[in-house]
Amino acid sequence: MPDAMAKPARAFRIDFKTAGPLVALALLVLLGITLNENFLSYNNLTNVLARSSFIGIIAIGATFVITSGGLDLSVGSMAAVIAGVMIMVMNWLIPSMGIGWGVVLAGMLAGVLLGGVAGTFNGLMITRGRIEAFIVTLGTMGIFRSLVTFLANGGTLSLNFEVADVYRPVYYDGLLGVPYPIIVFALVAIGGEIVMRRTAFGRHCAAIGSNEQVARYSSINVDNVRLLTYILQGTLVAVAVLLYVPRLGSASSTTGVLWELEAIAGVIIGGTTLKGGYGRVWGTVVGVVILGLIGNILNLQSLISPYLNGAFQGVIIILAVLLQRGSRNS
Amino acid sequence: MSSAEGTPASAILSAHRISKSFGDIPVLFSVDFDVKPGEVHAIIGENGAGKSTLIKILSGIEEPTSGSISLDGQTVVLPPNGAAEALGIVLIHQEQNLAEHLTVADSIFLGRELKIFGFLDVREMRKRARAVMETLHVYVDPDARISTLSVADKQMVEIAKAISRDARVLIMDEPTAVLSVGETETLFEQIRRLTDRGVAVIFISHKLDEIMQLAARVTVLRDGQLIATVGTEALTPDSIAQMMVGRELSNLFPPKIEPDVDAPVVLGVRNLVAKGVKDISFDLRRGEILGFAGLIGSGRTAVAEAVVGLHHLNGGEITLDGKPVNFTRVAQSVDAGLAYMTKDRKGKGLLLNMGLRPNLTLLTLQKHLKAGFLDTASETRALERAVRRFDIRARDASVAVGRLSGGNQQKLMLGKTMESEPDIIIMDEPTRGIDVGTKQQIYHIIAALAAEGKSIIVISSEMQEVIGLAHRVVVMREGRLAGMLEGAEITESEIMRYAAGIKQSEHNERINA
Repeated sequence: MPDAMAKPARAFRIDFKTAGPLVALALLVLLGITLNENFLSYNNLTNVLARSSFIGIIAIGATFVITSGGLDLSVGSMAAVIAGVMIMVMNWLIPSMGIGWGVVLAGMLAGVLLGGVAGTFNGLMITRGRIEAFIVTLGTMGIFRSLVTFLANGGTLSLNFEVADVYRPVYYDGLLGVPYPIIVFALVAIGGEIVMRRTAFGRHCAAIGSNEQVARYSSINVDNVRLLTYILQGTLVAVAVLLYVPRLGSASSTTGVLWELEAIAGVIIGGTTLKGGYGRVWGTVVGVVILGLIGNILNLQSLISPYLNGAFQGVIIILAVLLQRGSRNS
Repeated sequence: MSSAEGTPASAILSAHRISKSFGDIPVLFSVDFDVKPGEVHAIIGENGAGKSTLIKILSGIEEPTSGSISLDGQTVVLPPNGAAEALGIVLIHQEQNLAEHLTVADSIFLGRELKIFGFLDVREMRKRARAVMETLHVYVDPDARISTLSVADKQMVEIAKAISRDARVLIMDEPTAVLSVGETETLFEQIRRLTDRGVAVIFISHKLDEIMQLAARVTVLRDGQLIATVGTEALTPDSIAQMMVGRELSNLFPPKIEPDVDAPVVLGVRNLVAKGVKDISFDLRRGEILGFAGLIGSGRTAVAEAVVGLHHLNGGEITLDGKPVNFTRVAQSVDAGLAYMTKDRKGKGLLLNMGLRPNLTLLTLQKHLKAGFLDTASETRALERAVRRFDIRARDASVAVGRLSGGNQQKLMLGKTMESEPDIIIMDEPTRGIDVGTKQQIYHIIAALAAEGKSIIVISSEMQEVIGLAHRVVVMREGRLAGMLEGAEITESEIMRYAAGIKQSEHNERINA
C-alpha cells in the first residue's frame, strides 16, 4: 500500500529538514578545528558564545514575533536606547545611593521596564493602531536611534568607573567557569523552547502566523497574543542589554547597529519561516551560533580576509532558505 | 446522437489510455476521454477519483505517465505551465486565479498585454475587455478592481479572459461550488452561448442536477478508473450517484426525528441587526435542525457570525436558554456552548500547513493544559477519538492538513468544532465541495447529534440538503427573514419563491407578536 512506502521517505525528509542547521553547525566546527588548533580552546569557545549571547537572546524574542507573522526592526536601536538610559539612571543615582549593587540593580530594573514599555508601544501600534509591523518598527527604529544620539548629545554615554567595576563581573565572571551571559542565554533558550512547544501561547503564535483568520475563528485573542510577542521581544532586548552594558560600560549612537538584521538572520537560519506559522527556538540558537562562528573562524585563519565576514554570513542566510525550501518540495 | 465513445475525427481534444502516477502512487489507470466542439462533457467522481488529475493532464499542467493526447486528431505533447492556452485549451481553476488588486481589464490581458511603442495600451485593452464582456452579456466595469467583485462576477471575468484568448476547449473545475442558484443559472447561460459558438466545455461538478441540465455526456471516474462515458439522456441522478460510489445510495439523508413539541427554546434571536443583517428573528429548539436557505449574500453567514460574537451587534437581542447574552469574542460563545463551523475551511477553518493534531485542538487548547503546559498525549488521545468518531482518513497525523481531500478536511473541521462540546452548533455549508459518500456521512452525523439533544443550524446553498435535513427552514433575503417553512411546506419551489422575493412572509410580525 502507498502508506507503507510513503512513511520512510517522509521520515527521512523531515529529519533532513530539522537537522539542517545542526549539520551546518557541525561542519563549521570541523572546519574550525582543522584551520586552527586554538579553535576548540576554552577561551575561544566561551568568547564566541558570550558574544553571541546578546544577539541570541534578542533573536529568541524575534522567533516569537516572526512565528506569529510579525517583524521587529527596532531591536538594535531599542538596545542602544536601553543601554543609554540604564547608564544615565545609574550615574544619576550615585549621589543618592552611593556606589554598589543597589545602583546596578536600579539600573537593571529601569532597563527591563523600558524594554517592556518600548515593546508594548510597538505592539499597541501594530495591534490596536492596525499599522503593519514593518512600518511601525521601522519608525520606532529611527525614533530609538535618534533618542540615544540625543541623550548622548551626539557623543558617548559612559558609566561611572566605580559602578562599572561593581557591574563588570556580570559579563566577565561566571559559574563553574561558564560566563554569566552564556548561562543566561541558555536559560532563555530553554525557557523559550518550552514556551514555544509546550504552552498555548506558543501554539497560538504559530496559528496566528499560519492564518490569522483561522486563529480568530478558533477563539484566539489575536491582538493580545501579538501584543505579548512584542512585549516579550522588548523585555528580552533589555535582558541582552543588562549583559552588554558591563562589557563596554558605554552607549553611543553606534551601539547595537544592525543587531536587528543579525537577529532576524539567526532566526531564519534556524528554520523559522519568515512569513510566520512555524518557529523553533533551538533552531534560532543554532543559527545565531553559526553566525558567531563564521566571524570567529575568519579571524582564526589567514587565507581569507576577515572583512568578508558579512559576505559569508549573507551566503549562509541565502543557502539556509534555499535548502529549507528544497526539502519542503521534495 | 453519436455513440458514447465518440469518433476521434470529430473530437477537438482527446486522451487515449492515459495513466498517471505520483511517485509510487497511481492515480489514473488507462483513461480514455474526448470532447467535441460545441459539447459540454462533464466529469464526475468522488474526491480522490482522479478528476483533477485528468483535467490537469488535458490542459498540459501535468504530464501523463503513459498514454497520449490528441488535438484535432493529431497526437501532441501539451506544453507545461499553462502554455497550452496558446493552443486554445484554457483551464479555469477551482480556486480562482485572479490578482485581487488588478482591474478587470488588467486581468483579462494579464501576461499578453497590448502595447504601443513598448508601453501599455490601456485604452485599447479597456475597449476590448468591454467588448468581450458584452458578448457574454456581463456588465462589469473594466476598470473595477477584482477585489470589489462578487464571486460570480470574478468567475465571469475568468471566462471572459478565456474567451479573449480564443479558447476552443474550456475546462472548468467545479465552477458552481461557490455560486448561488441565480448565479449558477447565469453561468450556464454563458456556457450555452459558448457551446453555440463551437467551444468545447469540460465541466467538473459534484452537483448531479447541474450535470443533468448542462452536459451532453458524462464521464464517471472512480478510484482512478474510467467507469463509463454515457450520454446524459440515458442517466438519472440516482444512476450517476450509484456509478460514482459503486453502491446504492438509498438513504442519502437519514430519517428525520422530530424534536419534542415542548422542547425548550435554546437560542432565541430577536430583531438582530449587524453587518449584512438588517432585521431577523428566529428560535432554535433543543434537538432541532434549523435550515437556513437563501441566495449567496442574503446574510445567512452574517447572522451566524454576529450571533457567535465575530461581528459587533448593532441592535437586537440574543438569548441562550432564555438568558440574554451579548458575545463580543468567539471565546465567550464557545464557553457558553455555542459553536460556529465556518464555510471557508481553507481560509478560516484550518491551518493548512500544520498537522491534524494542532488543528483539532486549536479551539480548545485549554482542555489540554496540565499545570499550564500543553499535554500532547491528551491531544493525541483527542485526535484518536475524533478520527474514529468522524472517520477522518489521513496517511498519518503529521501530514499537513492542506494535503487532505476536501471531505477529510471537512470532517476534521467538524471534529474540531465538536471538541468544544457545544450544545448548539451552527454549520455553514457543511458539505461544500465534497463527494457524495462523505456528504452522506456528514448528514448522518448531523442527524445523530440532533437526536442526542444538540441543536443545529445548517446554512446551505444546496436546497436538497436543507430539505433533506431540516425540521424547519428559515429563508433569508437581503439581510432579512423572508420566510419560515415547516413540515410539508419545505419544498424547493417554496424556498425559491421566498429567496427570490416572489413571496413575502408575515412570519416576522407573527414571531414578534
